[in-house]
Amino acid sequence: MAEELKVFRTWSSPFALRVVWALQLKGVPFETIYEDLSNKSSLLLQYNPIYKKVPVLVHNGKPLAESLVILEYIEETWKQTPLLPQDPFERATARFWARFGDDKVLPSIWNVFIKQGKEQEEAMVTAQGSLKYLEEELRGKKFFSGEKIGLVDLAFGWIANLVDVFEEVKGVTLIDHENHPLLLAWKQNFMDAPIIKESWPSRDKLITKYHAMLEAYTAKEAAAK
Amino acid sequence: MAEEVVLLDFWASVFGMRVRIALAEKGIKYESKEEDLRNKSDLLLKMNPVHKKVPVLIHNGKPVCESLIIVQYIDEVWNDSSPLLPSDPYQRAHARFWADFVDQKVYDASRRVWRTKGEEQEAAKKDFFESLKTLVRELGDKPYFGGETFGFVDIALITFYSWFYVYETYGKFSIEAECPEIIAWAKRCMQKESVANTLPDQKKVYDLLW
Repeated sequence: MAEELKVFRTWSSPFALRVVWALQLKGVPFETIYEDLSNKSSLLLQYNPIYKKVPVLVHNGKPLAESLVILEYIEETWKQTPLLPQDPFERATARFWARFGDDKVLPSIWNVFIKQGKEQEEAMVTAQGSLKYLEEELRGKKFFSGEKIGLVDLAFGWIANLVDVFEEVKGVTLIDHENHPLLLAWKQNFMDAPIIKESWPSRDKLITKYHAMLEAYTAKEAAAK
Repeated sequence: MAEEVVLLDFWASVFGMRVRIALAEKGIKYESKEEDLRNKSDLLLKMNPVHKKVPVLIHNGKPVCESLIIVQYIDEVWNDSSPLLPSDPYQRAHARFWADFVDQKVYDASRRVWRTKGEEQEAAKKDFFESLKTLVRELGDKPYFGGETFGFVDIALITFYSWFYVYETYGKFSIEAECPEIIAWAKRCMQKESVANTLPDQKKVYDLLW
């Protein structure tokens, strides 16, 4: 039976991009379906009724949601170009950092971007604390996963392209040479890596999108007061 | 080399209980160190510097943190008996999705049920029951979330059962009345030694908060 593999994504979703990268790194062909989240397709709602979000992977008609869950499925189904180590302890460590990224790093950086005043200041303290762990984790390594790109790098991929979009739109500095030399080196290596470098969403489009998002959020907050 | 397995835990932690159930399912001998969460040990701070939380599994000196990650680790290392996750990749992904759902939806709502009042609490109650009813739909007419056998998702969810009296008393509701299928499933799980020997008495958990 021919493999049928579809990825539901948006042009900008960093979570969907992880799935795209994983499949491209493994050389697995797939069909892309772009969603408009303001007008979700009935297929998306059918395949991800719980969260109604992208990404969704549909393999031979069977859907999966949640990017980190999808990444592990891809890893177990297509064994070439492994993204996780074989050793159980190293695998547990990789899973730990991937979760840390989504549970701690992303929310705090997002709050630095979207919030104002005291909330923003507190978020910056949390964000810097989290970034320090990432900087330490990179010591002696080119990528979080070692010599080659792995699951943790894909999970942190949004740091490489979105953080400086947030910095430019908001006018803040999150990552700098003094405090995060290793993270900046990782960012360059990751951005320029084959396959990875071909899929970045347009930076100009991202600037426009997040500028609009920040304006809308700020106006809404001001009106609520 | 002799295996050295140490668990840093707190008896009422729903997350720590998950690890203890997994260890019991596999028949793994381990040393349990009870933490005082208001006065965390040097060992805990050293083994989990990022989150400083329990549970932490220390296997031959190396720490594994985050309960669902620990349970997967246990399943991968002690892989000769009592599998906790299915072997088929799609079924495994399915299990990971629903365990993550428990963390994303059930945990958050349950905390708000007993920690908030008024409108916030009403919203929490609604979210809590919605998440339980979603899980009931997923369970369907299977005996366990894992199908015929107790597995990863059952482990992720059953530990909250020890806190049901807390939620019911603070929330002023009956889970059995709202969601009898969850109670039926929980009682089925409680028939397993690994679960019954791990979960503390519901009233004991309630007294902790008083």
